[in-house]
Amino acid sequence: MKIDSIKNGIVLDHITAGRSMAIYKNLGLDKLDCSVAIIKNVKSEKMGKKDIIKIDDQFTVNLDVIGYLDPNVTVCIIEDGKIVKKYKVELPETLVNIAKCKNPRCITSIEQEIDQVFVLTDKENHVYRCKYCESKLKK
Amino acid sequence: MRHLIDPMDLSVEEIDHLIELAGKIIDHPEKYREVCRYKKLATLFFEPSTRTRLSFEAAMMELGGNVLGFSSADSSSAAKGESVADTARAVACYADIIAMRHPKEGAPLVASQYVDIPIINAGDGGHNHPTQTLTDLLTIKQEKGRLDHLTIGFCGDLKFGRTVHSLIKALSRYEGINYILISPEELQIPEYLKKEVFEKKGITYQEVERMEEVMPELDIIYMTRVQRERFFNEADYIRLKDSYILDMDKLKNAKEDLAILHPLPRVNEISVKVDDDPRACYFKQVNYGKYIRMALIMTMLGVKADED
Repeated sequence: MKIDSIKNGIVLDHITAGRSMAIYKNLGLDKLDCSVAIIKNVKSEKMGKKDIIKIDDQFTVNLDVIGYLDPNVTVCIIEDGKIVKKYKVELPETLVNIAKCKNPRCITSIEQEIDQVFVLTDKENHVYRCKYCESKLKK
Repeated sequence: MRHLIDPMDLSVEEIDHLIELAGKIIDHPEKYREVCRYKKLATLFFEPSTRTRLSFEAAMMELGGNVLGFSSADSSSAAKGESVADTARAVACYADIIAMRHPKEGAPLVASQYVDIPIINAGDGGHNHPTQTLTDLLTIKQEKGRLDHLTIGFCGDLKFGRTVHSLIKALSRYEGINYILISPEELQIPEYLKKEVFEKKGITYQEVERMEEVMPELDIIYMTRVQRERFFNEADYIRLKDSYILDMDKLKNAKEDLAILHPLPRVNEISVKVDDDPRACYFKQVNYGKYIRMALIMTMLGVKADED
């Protein structure tokens, strides 16, 4: 299988094998008009297997979404066929409007237009809790 | 101290200050009768809670201040669909400080994000109830003379009982507390508390099923009600509500200076015969609740008596 290299766009590399579809969906890549390639189970020396997503257009990625879903990801910005910027995402301290609190007793279940905010409470175990009711966020 | 939303918002120093001030008010209430003159407390109670609301209102009145508010969502604009944020913003135009109770968890935190006046969380669903925790700490301090090196038994509904969770967290910052957790298996304290409080801080604790086994060791027994509203299932409530009842027989082997605490209201988990025993502190606890709220209102409004 051959996937053409992109000229101007973004490559999300080192995605933990199996997580690319969740990233695709949560970043809203299904709504883009440009070519988007999802390459699954690519052999990797470091990771054994990894997924890669190539987006053939300039696009503002929400790093918090990626960091929350998979903090291993490397984001590469491509211009004129060259990598001009490369950075690793990090586990974000807070998640705003990325996930919804599922606790029916939480104020966010009834308050109008309130931001859904989750706070990182345990970095080691990637635990986020709702800012309002402290319920644990389940991925 | 801008707002009081979670009991753990308070440092040990701030708690010590509040307890000390409450002690001064208990000793000389006359010195504090006018300190909140012309100040207004709004009690916004979106669900009924007679005791907590009256305690806040009595506290403000004893400081010479005024109170306004409502005692159920039906009599507020929430019935018309108004958001917590809008209600808080409107009330902040009339009052100097707000005490809010709401059935939804996190509602007082939402309110605090929209107003410039202090918000006190007077209970948000099964989540936090910081003034109850302060009341419990003041009661322990007044009755035992210290907040450290005590053996405390928590009895009853330790799974859903937010007062127990908050008090355990608050006491975990004091040295030498020996925790004995008395409950049926179904109502044991949640795993996260064991991990995040006991294990993280290296605190040892015992879990037992019968209070008689441990009664002679206890300096304090903190009884709780098995609350109907915390259960999704009526059958579970009926099966477990009578599990743990304190009566004179069970007190036979208890220390003479045991302090019996209960956040109230009581249903039948403490026999009324215990009420006349000098070890029963739960009605004194109600009174301490008013004094700690007086200290809290004063501190949050930044007012002082001349001698303070």
